[in-house]
Amino acid sequence: MTGSRTESRYRDGARRIVPIAVAGGVFAASFAVLAHASGFGASAAVVMSATTFGGSAQFAAASILGSGGGIAAAATAAALLNARYVPIGATVAGEFEGNPLRRLLEAQLIVDESWALSRTSEGRHDRRILLGAGMVMYCTWVGGTTLGALVGDRLGDPNRYGLDAAFPALFLALLVPQVRTRRALAAALGGGAIALVLIPFAPAGVPIVAATAACFLGWTRL
Amino acid sequence: MTTVWIVVALVGAATVACKAAGPILLGGRQLPSPLNAVLLLLAPALLAALVITQAVGAEREIVLDARLLGLGAAVIALILRAPLIAVIVVAAAVTALARAVG
Repeated sequence: MTGSRTESRYRDGARRIVPIAVAGGVFAASFAVLAHASGFGASAAVVMSATTFGGSAQFAAASILGSGGGIAAAATAAALLNARYVPIGATVAGEFEGNPLRRLLEAQLIVDESWALSRTSEGRHDRRILLGAGMVMYCTWVGGTTLGALVGDRLGDPNRYGLDAAFPALFLALLVPQVRTRRALAAALGGGAIALVLIPFAPAGVPIVAATAACFLGWTRL
Repeated sequence: MTTVWIVVALVGAATVACKAAGPILLGGRQLPSPLNAVLLLLAPALLAALVITQAVGAEREIVLDARLLGLGAAVIALILRAPLIAVIVVAAAVTALARAVG
């Protein structure tokens, strides 16, 4: 009964992402509000959520345009923020099969949250959990943006509901089972330290990409 | 208006390319083991960096605010082996409460 087990893993990913997808939807609505204030039409905000599907990059691009920044500044900041998807994509690459177009489309469902949830205890990634979770997250993200574009700023600041704390809590909960070996623990401490040190000096996004340097501990004997 | 659409197109194209690079270039094949040893540690390094930037990061500064109280509550929930949803809800609830009181 491989079939039903296969299906249940998609559903498993979809089910587990729900609380964070709800929080994501509220943030997407607040992105639409910020984008509107920055001169985005409703369709531009929704199209950006559907094509970029990456919260921090969208917020950065909209806020830079809103504060008078140019095309180059907005696009560069957003690209730096999403540069982490190159190493993230590399970790799941082995699980993606089929023709390049299919891989390209499925890869768009990679976001921090779906990727983190799909990590297995053996250090691999479950593609079906990633896709199930990514699909739900995509729906609430695009849906939340649409809702935000329609009802505007009646929602208020999502941070009032503590939703900004939901994301580090999720990543911490998913990190804990990963640090079973000394090398993994060293990589986590190293990555966290690199990010912490760089936050005050580097543009947003750079600290996360730089933190990946800690994975070269894999070549040491630790 | 045109500026907005140019940015939407550029950022969208860059993100699609970043996400697809690994799965298209490396997809469906076994990677050489030295590369694998490094990739195995990417997840803990990236997750830890995400925790840090989301918990204390702001626009080029470190900000200690109610998020940390929420994260502390999440740590307690994790120690008590609470399910994932409880960890997330507790973190948000404690942060919201701290902001309402503060």
